[in-house]
Amino acid sequence: MMNIQSYVRPRSLEEAYALNQNRRSRIIGGMLWLKMGRGTVSTAIDLCDLGLNTIEQSEDEFSIGAMVTLRQLELHPDLNAYTQGALAQSVKDIVGVQFRNLATAGGSIWGRFGFSDVLTQFLAMDTWVELYKGGVLPLEQFARQKPDSDILVRLIVKKTPGVFRYQSMRNQRTDFPVLTCAVSRLDGQYRAVIGARPHRAVIVRDEEGLLSGGISDSSARAFADYAARTVATGSNLRAGADYRTHLVRVLTRRGILELGGTDHGN
Amino acid sequence: MEIKLKLNGRAITGYVEASTLLIDFLRDQGCHSVKRGCETANCGLCTVLMDGTPILSCSVLAARAAGHSIQTLEGLQEEAAEFVGFIADQGADQCGFCNPGFVMNTIALLRENPDPTDDEIRAYLAGNLCRCSGYDGQLRGIRGFLDSRKK
Repeated sequence: MMNIQSYVRPRSLEEAYALNQNRRSRIIGGMLWLKMGRGTVSTAIDLCDLGLNTIEQSEDEFSIGAMVTLRQLELHPDLNAYTQGALAQSVKDIVGVQFRNLATAGGSIWGRFGFSDVLTQFLAMDTWVELYKGGVLPLEQFARQKPDSDILVRLIVKKTPGVFRYQSMRNQRTDFPVLTCAVSRLDGQYRAVIGARPHRAVIVRDEEGLLSGGISDSSARAFADYAARTVATGSNLRAGADYRTHLVRVLTRRGILELGGTDHGN
Repeated sequence: MEIKLKLNGRAITGYVEASTLLIDFLRDQGCHSVKRGCETANCGLCTVLMDGTPILSCSVLAARAAGHSIQTLEGLQEEAAEFVGFIADQGADQCGFCNPGFVMNTIALLRENPDPTDDEIRAYLAGNLCRCSGYDGQLRGIRGFLDSRKK
């Protein structure tokens, strides 16, 4: 485990930001991934006293503090009503309850991990991130950027009318996913988000209008083929690139067909 | 650094390094039910309750526990005694090394959901690994305890 020289609970975001400008400082969220690292951290900055552990909502959006745990996301009734359970589905196989009581939404998104179920599902929603200095920007843009010394304060999920489905393929339950796939229809626009490729999750939009005539077996298959052609996959010890591309096709088709249920206006 | 917390209902003051993990602090306090297993946050052996919520003490800095209430199996013997006999009756205690973590997480489960289905039990305990058994013994034991409460 890494060596931590000092531990601080800042009283304000400004104090946390100032401490984080030292290259050897680290913000600690759930600390589950961070603790696997080596080396020395001069100051571990714990945001636990800044009130960032709540999920609030207005008529238009959910505001999810960076220190909200994955278990809070899993159990939040309104977030899961909005996503038809897709958000809970996306986190339920992440190790165990004890792990999800520690892992934070902020840590999961900030890390932009290739294996992330959380990033995959949030990219399927109309999600924005609020950075302390960088302001509010779309998650899709944030996900492409490299980590810097700013602080992720909260996630903002717009209550854009939508339908969502989440699937992942794992060699064994509670292991890292071999592939993650979230599909959604937001304001009539379809998207498939593919993660654990094993690279960072990416959004596939229906740029060829394959689903513009509605969802059927053939249109779902055509969009799934398009996703499989478009998304670059790679190999690691869990699966090879060819198998992952096969999974992109299968999971995207299944997800889109599920979106097409008669309950959802198709 | 100095930390103050409540351990098994008793207010204590401890002195820790910034890097000290909660598991090491608790074992230094004599709570040897808290076991070190995988050290990758996967096995559940080190489960304790922080403010009533099950967490992995191998992945939390002791400093973060300051100001909180921590419970280990040493402080929950009475609550555990209600159901551990049912697990033992199934031979599911086996080598015993994973038992404290299983028992702690089962306590958390039954507080949160007093009448879980088998699928809910499996899902809640998915983060507790046992290298001896096939998990069915633990499930039968908990099911036996729940059924006995209904009689």
